[in-house]
Amino acid sequence: MNKFLKGNGLSILSSVSVVFAGMLLGFIVLFISNAAQAPAAIATILTFGFSSLRNFGDVLYFATPIIMTGLSVGFAYKTGLFNIGASGQFTFGAFVAIYIVINFDFLNPSLRIFVALLAATLAGAIWAAIPGLLKAYRNVHEVISCIMTNYIGMLLVNYLILNTIFDPMRASSQRIPTSTHMPMWGLDYIFADATRASPLNASIFVAVFSALLMYVILERTTFGYELKACGLNKDAAKYAGINENRSIIFSMMISGALAGLGGGMHFLSAAGRTMSVADVLANEGFMGISVSLLGLNHPIGIIFSGVLIAYLQRGGFNIQPLGFAQEIIEIAIAVIIYFCAFVLLVRTQLGNIIAKIYRTISKSEVKKNAT
Amino acid sequence: MYVIEMKNITKRFSGIVANDDVSLGLNKGEIHALLGENGAGKSTLMSILFGLYKAEEGSIFKDGKSVVIAGPGHATALGIGMVHQHFKLVHNFTVLENIVLGVETTKHGVLQMKTARQKVTELSQKYALEVDLDKEIRHITVGMQQRVEILKMLYRNNEILIFDEPTAVLTPQEIDALIKTMRNMAAEGKSILFITHKLDEIKQAADRCSVLRKGKMIGTVDVAATSKEELSEMMVGRKLSLTLEKQPSKLGETILQVKNLTQKGDGEKNKLTNISFEVKAGEILCIAGIEGNGQTDLVNAITGLSAVTSGEIFISDTNITTAKIRKRGEHGMAHIPEDRHKHGLILDYNLAYNAILQDYHKQPFQKLGFLQKSKIKQYAQKLVDNFDIRSGDGIDSVVRSMSGGNQQKIILARETSASPKLLIAVQPTRGLDVGAIEYIHKQLLAQRDAGKAILLVSLELEEVMNISDRVLVMYEGEIVANVNPQKITFKELGLYMSGAKRENPSKSVEKAVAV
Ligand SMILES: Nc1ncnc2c1ncn2[C@@H]1O[C@H](COP(=O)(O)OP(=O)(O)OP(=O)(O)O)[C@@H](O)[C@H]1O
Ligand SMILES: [Mg+2]
Repeated sequence: MNKFLKGNGLSILSSVSVVFAGMLLGFIVLFISNAAQAPAAIATILTFGFSSLRNFGDVLYFATPIIMTGLSVGFAYKTGLFNIGASGQFTFGAFVAIYIVINFDFLNPSLRIFVALLAATLAGAIWAAIPGLLKAYRNVHEVISCIMTNYIGMLLVNYLILNTIFDPMRASSQRIPTSTHMPMWGLDYIFADATRASPLNASIFVAVFSALLMYVILERTTFGYELKACGLNKDAAKYAGINENRSIIFSMMISGALAGLGGGMHFLSAAGRTMSVADVLANEGFMGISVSLLGLNHPIGIIFSGVLIAYLQRGGFNIQPLGFAQEIIEIAIAVIIYFCAFVLLVRTQLGNIIAKIYRTISKSEVKKNAT
Repeated sequence: MYVIEMKNITKRFSGIVANDDVSLGLNKGEIHALLGENGAGKSTLMSILFGLYKAEEGSIFKDGKSVVIAGPGHATALGIGMVHQHFKLVHNFTVLENIVLGVETTKHGVLQMKTARQKVTELSQKYALEVDLDKEIRHITVGMQQRVEILKMLYRNNEILIFDEPTAVLTPQEIDALIKTMRNMAAEGKSILFITHKLDEIKQAADRCSVLRKGKMIGTVDVAATSKEELSEMMVGRKLSLTLEKQPSKLGETILQVKNLTQKGDGEKNKLTNISFEVKAGEILCIAGIEGNGQTDLVNAITGLSAVTSGEIFISDTNITTAKIRKRGEHGMAHIPEDRHKHGLILDYNLAYNAILQDYHKQPFQKLGFLQKSKIKQYAQKLVDNFDIRSGDGIDSVVRSMSGGNQQKIILARETSASPKLLIAVQPTRGLDVGAIEYIHKQLLAQRDAGKAILLVSLELEEVMNISDRVLVMYEGEIVANVNPQKITFKELGLYMSGAKRENPSKSVEKAVAV
């Protein structure tokens, strides 16, 4: 019991409690905006995701890209780097994937999807290698170069879309051929209802598999041992003969690969997404930071926090009919999500409280035994 | 009445009772030493007094009144200050900024550094604590960092001063100065708690001494009436032989050869100038010198932590001047680094992971790139047993939570167990208790007798004289003497170290070869 509460149990408990506290604050925001409808709204947010299989399928569908960017941020974080550039890497991966499925028609569709996703992964890795190289050889802090690569990536992709796969009718990238949509593996039927099939597809499995892979790399391999050692103590890593520069670059590239693959998969989904040419950074990249934080940077934690955040967002989206302005909804959801950033603080405090309770209990037991 | 009294203090960490029903009374104006083996609970007890930890049981009295010390800020308000075993300074702040940090005087929200500067200058003159107020912490020596820590306490008008192993990082000269400062402060009515592993220092400085063993208070004695032998017996619970048995050395072939090594510094002066020497199998060669005379640069060059400007380094017959650090390891070099927290350990890894820091990439600790946890744990357990490394959760303990001396033991265990051809040991016994020092010295001698070459860098003359076969003295980046420890007095060695005397350097090279 004590051991459990010190390890994963405490992590889970602290994550759950910040979510509850965040909900309460979010509710207050809704209440101020429209007191009469607030209870119904909060009830919708809480239950919508579970209200039907299709809605739950939607939650998983929207969770997938932010799980991927969450893993991206989490992987970098575990190795001592703050990858705030997941947005640019995500965008780059997405563009490359779309470009390939539209243009490489000499490949049969399934092979084309495979090549497109592989290329998206590589594109993310290469885009992340730039801050990695700058940090390793020029000591440029990765946060600064990541912010720059976010903007450069976004603008460059806009330029590339305009000059290659632009569809003037919709002012965005062309629609991809339906034959190159991500395979559904029957999920579209499982999570369908009478009116519409679910957009949920194989990506969710890829995301789960990526999380497991990340866990194995970090916790079970010598490669992970090196990467984490560099993140925790660069000087000691050097002393141990580890090539720190190489480790920094690899960490960034793996992190970027996860974001790039996430971008590629998201835009090959059957929902028929296209990339609009607007000067807006991909939000999925920044959501990845919240997802990773809330999941305490643990791969399995990230899967759950990704689903949770998507669940809240879906719920929030569906209270519009109750008369809440889109802005208020976003504020309420943001309050909940950003409250999650307190998770580490809560974890330490909770640990102290639990230890105290535990001690008092064991002390009274000792006394009982003595008498 | 005691100024501070700790009564029946009990503090538990997971797997261990760090303080078990400990009571301690501090008189006004006394220097009270705290002695105990590595992991006995000294730092923990002092951290409780400073409000860093909360004891599960027991109470604390200040001037007879019961107090509950909620945190370091509260301790400061009660006049209690602490210099930690590992300093807590902000590295990119200046000395002055560090001293006033947390108690800055402001006027309308604007810092008033002028008055602060004046007060600090006065204090530093009064207690002869020389510091460079405008230098950043990362650019000053550890000795000066410590003086900054002391000034921090004085600046806060602390009356109760806790020193946790202050002398472990100091040169003998600095230690003398520190003890003088402490005596001055005590004479003025400040009360001092002083942790050290060195019995001589206790004899010199302290009025009374309390001894902890495995978390329990063994007793408090009057220092003047107690011999060093009695103190060490109280500490470990058995008699210790404080002298070392040493066989004459049997020299073998040359293992390490350094030829004309020169390293340019930032300014005009070289860090190292034309250094040549060799270490043979079966020999302990000691580099002596006052801290900051190039020993660190020399070790960094040999171990590959920094590149050399000119000159050559050989292990056996292989030129390793530009070899990567790992290559040097493969050629049989092991290194006990000077700064255990910076280089020697990954504090957030557990004990087992730190035990394989140099070998994680080798069989049997990995197979096809996968860590072999059971093999790693087995090996770490062996080191823990052999070196008596103590901690709450055994091989699963996060190293950050371990006591300073036991952290050092991990490095020693790791580096000597690899059975290297050449062992470079920088201050290997820093922070160890007398029992552990005895063990390490025996280990070094055993390695020597097994035909290993050992290069020892030490600031402690006693250690230098006791275990080395030959001594090189460094002064301002040069080797100024090459002497036999059996044929030289402490005093003479001191003259070489301070630069007052030197052998003809070219002669010393000849002699090095002739020995
Ligand atoms: N934060 C912590 N968490 C868990 N265990 C701890 C923690 N701090 C100390 N310990 C354990 O408590 C014991 C006492 O440690 P402490 O640092 O007080 O020893 P010490 O007497 O100062 O030893 P040294 O001479 O080596 O510095 C050790 O076994 C250590 O592993
Ligand atoms: Mg200690």
